[in-house]
Amino acid sequence: MEAAMDIMRRMPPSLSQQALDSLLALLPAHSSELLSRSDQPLQVASDEEFDKHYLLCDYNRDGDSYRSPWSSKYKPELEDGVQPPAELRKLEQEANEVFSIYRDQYYEGGVSSVYVWEPEDGKGFAACVLIKKDGSDAGDGRRGLLQEGSWDAIHVIEVKEDQERQFGHYCLTSTVMLALTTANQATGPFSLSGSITRQMETDLALEHGHLCNMGRLIEEMESKLRNGLDQVYFGKTKEVVFTLREPLGVLTATSHIGQSLQRRIVNDLGRSR
Amino acid sequence: MEDRIQGNLEETEYEELGDDQKVSIGKWFLLNAPPGQVLQVAKDVRELLTDSQLYDRAASEAFPEYNVRSMISLEMPDGSGKVLLTKFGELDRSHFLVPRTASVAVVDHVKQMCTEVRPADDEELPSAYVEGFRFCVDVALLKYVDEAFQGGECSVYCTKGKDLEKSGGEFEVTVVISNSSYSPKNFRGGCWQSVWGVLINEELHSASLQGTISDGKDAGTVIVNSIEHLESVFLSNLEEQFANLSDRTFKELRRKLPVTRTLFAWDKALQLSLTREITREFSGNRR
Repeated sequence: MEAAMDIMRRMPPSLSQQALDSLLALLPAHSSELLSRSDQPLQVASDEEFDKHYLLCDYNRDGDSYRSPWSSKYKPELEDGVQPPAELRKLEQEANEVFSIYRDQYYEGGVSSVYVWEPEDGKGFAACVLIKKDGSDAGDGRRGLLQEGSWDAIHVIEVKEDQERQFGHYCLTSTVMLALTTANQATGPFSLSGSITRQMETDLALEHGHLCNMGRLIEEMESKLRNGLDQVYFGKTKEVVFTLREPLGVLTATSHIGQSLQRRIVNDLGRSR
Repeated sequence: MEDRIQGNLEETEYEELGDDQKVSIGKWFLLNAPPGQVLQVAKDVRELLTDSQLYDRAASEAFPEYNVRSMISLEMPDGSGKVLLTKFGELDRSHFLVPRTASVAVVDHVKQMCTEVRPADDEELPSAYVEGFRFCVDVALLKYVDEAFQGGECSVYCTKGKDLEKSGGEFEVTVVISNSSYSPKNFRGGCWQSVWGVLINEELHSASLQGTISDGKDAGTVIVNSIEHLESVFLSNLEEQFANLSDRTFKELRRKLPVTRTLFAWDKALQLSLTREITREFSGNRR
């Protein structure tokens, strides 16, 4: 099983679906563990009643059916499918609406879904906020820059209240999966992909309610992840490319030629003293 | 512990894969290993396949393809340098031409080792005339690669018309540069490959990379200069794309901030949704 997880981590992200399928075929006995431990891009379904889309994950699944956060009905239809308790369902509806606005402002398109449930120990509640954006030309991309582009964010948050109900304790685990291919330019299409997972835990006052706090945390987390992806993946990739092939004619402190030049200058200075 | 008796839909479909299917999955994983990680992936595949015979089959099928595709370079046992494994130098699955030393290297793909070196036969080498040209390009190329690619390997092959005896005809040389860097401590690795086909037609005094060549002696430098120029252009375009990535391209997926340039107003949004809720209840309509 560890070999399976290791190989999943090493495979290029664009092949992760195929890699997972292969592992499921090789190790059928471990299928539930494999599925729960690996991150896959989110799938979209449509709620015809509300004329909206929603995202699929383990938290809105019952058997082979998935529950829409808009109508709260299962598709394919399910009699007695698992439903959140009434109070939580209200929170869920509100969350879906508010995150929809948030999504529109940051993503200018895309699909979002929020699912709320009661955790096993019955204390507090848990929610997952999913956002999927297709930024390609065929999708919601507005500037025609991407041939392919997808951002999948999965935030799972556990919420507890202190005894006096003055503070909320929030534990957020977020994963963002990214894949993009730029549109044809002088160098031809250019592809990058990666994923990043982070955790955050904090206590916040309840003056504006849980939803407000959850929203702020998720917003902060997404910004961090976006910057992380930017610096670590894109910045690092650039660094690796320039390590492989130096930009000649540009002397930088870290380049091969730059460094040998530096050494020569230092030596000359030393000798002339 | 799994409870197999539960009759969960997922777990009742216990179809055991056939050997061929297992081998082909193992081969797929090996072929798609990222730069520098093929040995670790091989370790995982060996464990996943459990049966060492199946692993050996997968490895013997995957490694030759992987090695040539990744253009790995192997130290030659006679100390004459390295052999670059590319499709241009492939004489057969385990024999590769080394134009620089006019020899042929015998390779064990699974072990990623060069086991033997022998001098090349006349039929395997280009004519003296074409070789003069090839040699010229190789000299200039070595200098360029040394400057621009730390630790990179390169080779020049004669890929068409190698038996041309004198001027007036057309032949092609292929320039190959391969560099890879793997730093597991820093969790990164990469590989660069450039392949340039240069079609030379002496009657027209032209090469596909550039308009004219003044004379045979200069040819090597001129060709490599054009390669250098083109690669630099590629690199600076890449640099531009990286710069754009954060600014414009990444924005297609998620903006840094909303258009308002301020953080999202959660409390206002909540009020808005509450108002909507109340309006809905008043009007008694479902949206």
